[in-house]
Amino acid sequence: MKTSAGRERAIWAAIAILVLLYALFPVASIFATSFKQPSDLTSGKFLPTEWVTDNYEQILVGNAQGLFLSALWNSVGIALIATFIAVVLATLCAYAIARLDFPGKRLVLTTALAVSIFPVISIVTPLFNLWRSIGLYDTWPGLIIPYLSLTLPISIWTLAAFFRQIPWELEQAAQVDGATTWQAFRKAIVPLAAPGVFTTAIIAFFIAWNDFVYGISLTSTEAARPVPAALAFFTGASQFEAPTGAISAAAIIVTIPVVLLVVLFQRQIVSGLTQGAVKG
Amino acid sequence: MSTSTKTAASAAARSTGRSAAPARYSERVRAERRLGWLLAGPAFVVMLAVTAYPILQAAYDSLFNYRLTAPGERSFVGLGNYGVILTDDLFWRDLGVTVLITVVTVLVELVLGFALALVMHKALKSVRGLLRTAILVPYGIITVVSAFAWFYAFDINSGYVNNWFGWLPGIDQDLNWFADTGTALFVIIASEIWKTTPFISLLLLAGLAQVPDELNEAALVDGATWWERMRRVILPNMKAAIMVAVLFRALDAFRIFDNVFIMTGGAYGTEVLSLLAYRTSIGRLEIGLGSAVSVVLFICVLLICFIAIKLFKVDLAGARGGKS
Repeated sequence: MKTSAGRERAIWAAIAILVLLYALFPVASIFATSFKQPSDLTSGKFLPTEWVTDNYEQILVGNAQGLFLSALWNSVGIALIATFIAVVLATLCAYAIARLDFPGKRLVLTTALAVSIFPVISIVTPLFNLWRSIGLYDTWPGLIIPYLSLTLPISIWTLAAFFRQIPWELEQAAQVDGATTWQAFRKAIVPLAAPGVFTTAIIAFFIAWNDFVYGISLTSTEAARPVPAALAFFTGASQFEAPTGAISAAAIIVTIPVVLLVVLFQRQIVSGLTQGAVKG
Repeated sequence: MSTSTKTAASAAARSTGRSAAPARYSERVRAERRLGWLLAGPAFVVMLAVTAYPILQAAYDSLFNYRLTAPGERSFVGLGNYGVILTDDLFWRDLGVTVLITVVTVLVELVLGFALALVMHKALKSVRGLLRTAILVPYGIITVVSAFAWFYAFDINSGYVNNWFGWLPGIDQDLNWFADTGTALFVIIASEIWKTTPFISLLLLAGLAQVPDELNEAALVDGATWWERMRRVILPNMKAAIMVAVLFRALDAFRIFDNVFIMTGGAYGTEVLSLLAYRTSIGRLEIGLGSAVSVVLFICVLLICFIAIKLFKVDLAGARGGKS
């Protein structure tokens, strides 16, 4: 009995190590690269011969600072605003879908589904053209608006799934006590719904944070270019040096918020993604 | 209006939901409908504004010969741009590459994702959190970062893969992974699989959780082996979840852009449809032709969806929690 339990634990340890290797190896790889000296980049080895922070200095305080920090600021600002707008609109929408009876409910859900499978590149050309003529090209709103096509549909689906599980009798009880529909929503339901809204915000943020197509197509300067797009256009410390180290360091910095959110809210993210997915 | 017709009307409104004129519904039903659209309306309008409007504009632009560098020479060419695309070998090659990437990634991810889902489902409590956290890292990471990580690992200058796997036939110090279609696609697909398998495995995990425990236990009591239970009990009960996961990943993989852009920029025969659209309209400013490529890509996505729903009876709305 004891040995079989021990064996089971050993098997799980082995599986855990395999999964960890799978999930973290590429991150470890670029992490190691980010600490290499330029001369060390071609060593053909996984780990740096000598760990140096030159690459981080270059993008945070050095000559690539302007390029990276402005992109970081753009990414954070644009992704947060796009997430915020999407979550506010989706919360109202999902409440109506989960709770109220109105014609066209299915139409709203189907539209959200259709938008979420939309090929981003298909709408980038007309937006590129339109944004140039109305002055939204290379601005924050010029990215925030199209980002809604990424963040809004998944927010509606995830929140609708969350809201269906809320005990709505509470709302009716509040209404019996004389509250209007709106008051019942605000006082009785919002506190219960808050965790779902928060989880949805994390998922929407990941998606906005990840965008690349809009980022490279609808911006041209440091005014609005987000980090993924900036990475693609990075040049090295000199014209003759590959920017490998600087890009790796920047990649690690933009991965930190992802890792933090995942470590802190693993349970919520998993339940948000699985609920929004397959629950009839 | 008598009370009986009023209740009849509101009952009809509840059962059919739309048929009769609004004026005949009770005040409460009308107020609920108004509130419903008041709350759902803004999101609905925004979704349409950011997708339906641009795609219609693209469809319109695709009928013109229109270069941004020479706006004065804009002329109507009807379906001419589509003729140019569909008779161009480059388009068909790009379509082939896109389909190849889609099929390979979805197949590998289905197997790998299912294994990961089983691991997460069965894992002892002590490691469950750790495993889920680890699996969410690739899910949350930026695709461009993933592309660079894989690119630098394989790159002939900064990579170590050639060094590590030199003992394998075909791999040596001088192997330039990104100068040949096959090897470049291998790394692109590897990065894509690494980044998106967590998503498919979470969808499958949700499906696994829906398999009734009693069925599984009954099969166990009857002496069914692990494989028999998998094939006769678990997989049939997960069919809907698997279909949805496959369709979603297929549609997503079909739009692949970031990995290809970062690793090869579409060189050496690795260009995909999204990249062709980007290069035509944003790179060469051929708005008319680029719009036509965009519309063709959109139609491809619609086709995949249509085939999945009609042929394989994938109920997207039901499976995504849309039963209401």
